[in-house]
Amino acid sequence: MTGGTTGGTTGIVRRGVNRTMLVMTGVCTAAVLIPLFLILYYVVREGAAGLNAAFFTRLPAPPGASGGGMANAVVGTLELLGMALALGIPLGLAGGIYVSEFAADRFSGAVRFAADALNGIPTIVTGLFVYALVVVPMHTFSGLAGAIALAIIMLPVVLRASDEVLRTVPHSYREAAVALGATRWRVLRDVILRAAKSGLISAGLLGLARVAGETAPLLLTSLNSSQWTTRPGQPMASLTVQVFDYAISPYDDWHRQAWAGALTLIALIVVVSLIARLWGGIGDRV
Amino acid sequence: MSASASRLGTAREEGRRPRPGSDAVFHWTLRGLALAPLAILIGLGVQLFRASAASRHAFGWGFLTQSAWDPVFGHFGAWPFLFGTLLTTGVGVVIAAPLGVGTAVFLAELAPFWLRAPVGYLVELLAAVPSVVYGLWGIFVLAPWLQQSAEPWLGDHFSGVPLFQGAPYGVGYLAAGLILAVMIVPFVVGLSRQAISAVPAHQREAAYALGSTRWEVIRRVAVPTARSGIWGGILLATGRALGETMAVTMIIGNRPAVSASLFAPGYTLASVIANEFTEATGALYISSLIEIGLVLFAITVVVNLLSRLLLSRIARAGAAA
Repeated sequence: MTGGTTGGTTGIVRRGVNRTMLVMTGVCTAAVLIPLFLILYYVVREGAAGLNAAFFTRLPAPPGASGGGMANAVVGTLELLGMALALGIPLGLAGGIYVSEFAADRFSGAVRFAADALNGIPTIVTGLFVYALVVVPMHTFSGLAGAIALAIIMLPVVLRASDEVLRTVPHSYREAAVALGATRWRVLRDVILRAAKSGLISAGLLGLARVAGETAPLLLTSLNSSQWTTRPGQPMASLTVQVFDYAISPYDDWHRQAWAGALTLIALIVVVSLIARLWGGIGDRV
Repeated sequence: MSASASRLGTAREEGRRPRPGSDAVFHWTLRGLALAPLAILIGLGVQLFRASAASRHAFGWGFLTQSAWDPVFGHFGAWPFLFGTLLTTGVGVVIAAPLGVGTAVFLAELAPFWLRAPVGYLVELLAAVPSVVYGLWGIFVLAPWLQQSAEPWLGDHFSGVPLFQGAPYGVGYLAAGLILAVMIVPFVVGLSRQAISAVPAHQREAAYALGSTRWEVIRRVAVPTARSGIWGGILLATGRALGETMAVTMIIGNRPAVSASLFAPGYTLASVIANEFTEATGALYISSLIEIGLVLFAITVVVNLLSRLLLSRIARAGAAA
């Protein structure tokens, strides 16, 4: 295995190089993971210190005053994500179903290509687009605009993931259903979607995990608010934007709350992505 | 791909006509919805192009090379931002690419099996940490450490290198590049690992049979065979770095200037949009920021297309094998 047939000095050199380089790959892995541990360590340590009941129940305190919480941002984030899911999941699933089940090669190729391109576009640019599309005509920043931006970011993730899930459903299922005289709609509803159910739920959760930590597009769409704003037509607070605002503020108490917000966000995302991975087993996609 | 696509469509291709009535309605509805990504992509490009008209007409191509960024007098040039984006992305990729490929080799070839799934998950977790959390950590942990320890040390030991000269600010190109490296490394690892794992076992076995060491098999067989997948992953990661906004905005220092020193504060395309767009007044100012968005859009679309081309090449090679 280690080049034992070649004796002499070249053999020793080769074995030395072999050993050194193998160790180096382990060192690379450690170097990649160390920042993760450092970040999690600080977020948990600082975040746990900042988490308290007020964080989840109180509105933000005025600048400079201590106390207060991010209750409105927690609610706002959940509301934004809920609206984004309501828009992004049906659209993404429909696209995934169509390209996987019905479309001719050229059509599905074009849609997959567009989805991949869309997935690579910086989310701040998506924010600019939604600003022009929604914020300008409505004459106000709004939770709705934020949710539309998040839905656009989520769409390609859900589309590609559901596309892949559906391709794992055995072809014989479809043939059996068609042989029984089912229409395409019935084949899809009664056979394919049932067979792929857990994978499709997982695809939706992946989309959710992708947008749950988004900040940049929200800066240009839902903005922020220090009040209870639950109506989608108004600017809306979110955990991510609140963490950003507090992090760059000069107040120690706000820094403490920013860490607490970061911990809440990470907990939310880890839970969602773990469920997605355990449920449907397609968490391997980044 | 040709075998798996169009599964229910095959009935039609074989001569059976689509059923009339509700089935056709259902089919065309899905078809319409499936066009959404294409429509959004085109709409995005057109919208950015149109909304940046004022800036494009006022400054032409010089917009990309001019350094003045003066909202008061209405002079706008994107060079400091373009420079900052390219420099921080460069730093990030130069660090993330070798580390990521090394990690991928470790995970695909060397790590004990019980270790692969958990370590793989941890690496993916790096991609799941929100950008704003990286930024928070960057402000309160990384930047102070750079300012007090790392940058003075680099300055002392590499004083001849222009990259490492000047006062240690903490925030700046180096901080942003380092954070970017951490943020994009999971993309390099994920795709490289996939590509290396896809190398057929018989190729490795042939090299072992000729007396190669493990490292020689990796370097001469596995990695070269997986080359296009690895480059695809690196390019995809590059695309992410180019457009990364929040973490960079929080630690680059936000100064619209060009500097050869990595220690200096700078600015990037994405950051200037995030910081200034909602506060910009005047049509030309807003239009210039939108043109910066257009530049970012164009660069990332091209980088992503190249990446997808390389990645589809391994998918095809895999299907052929």
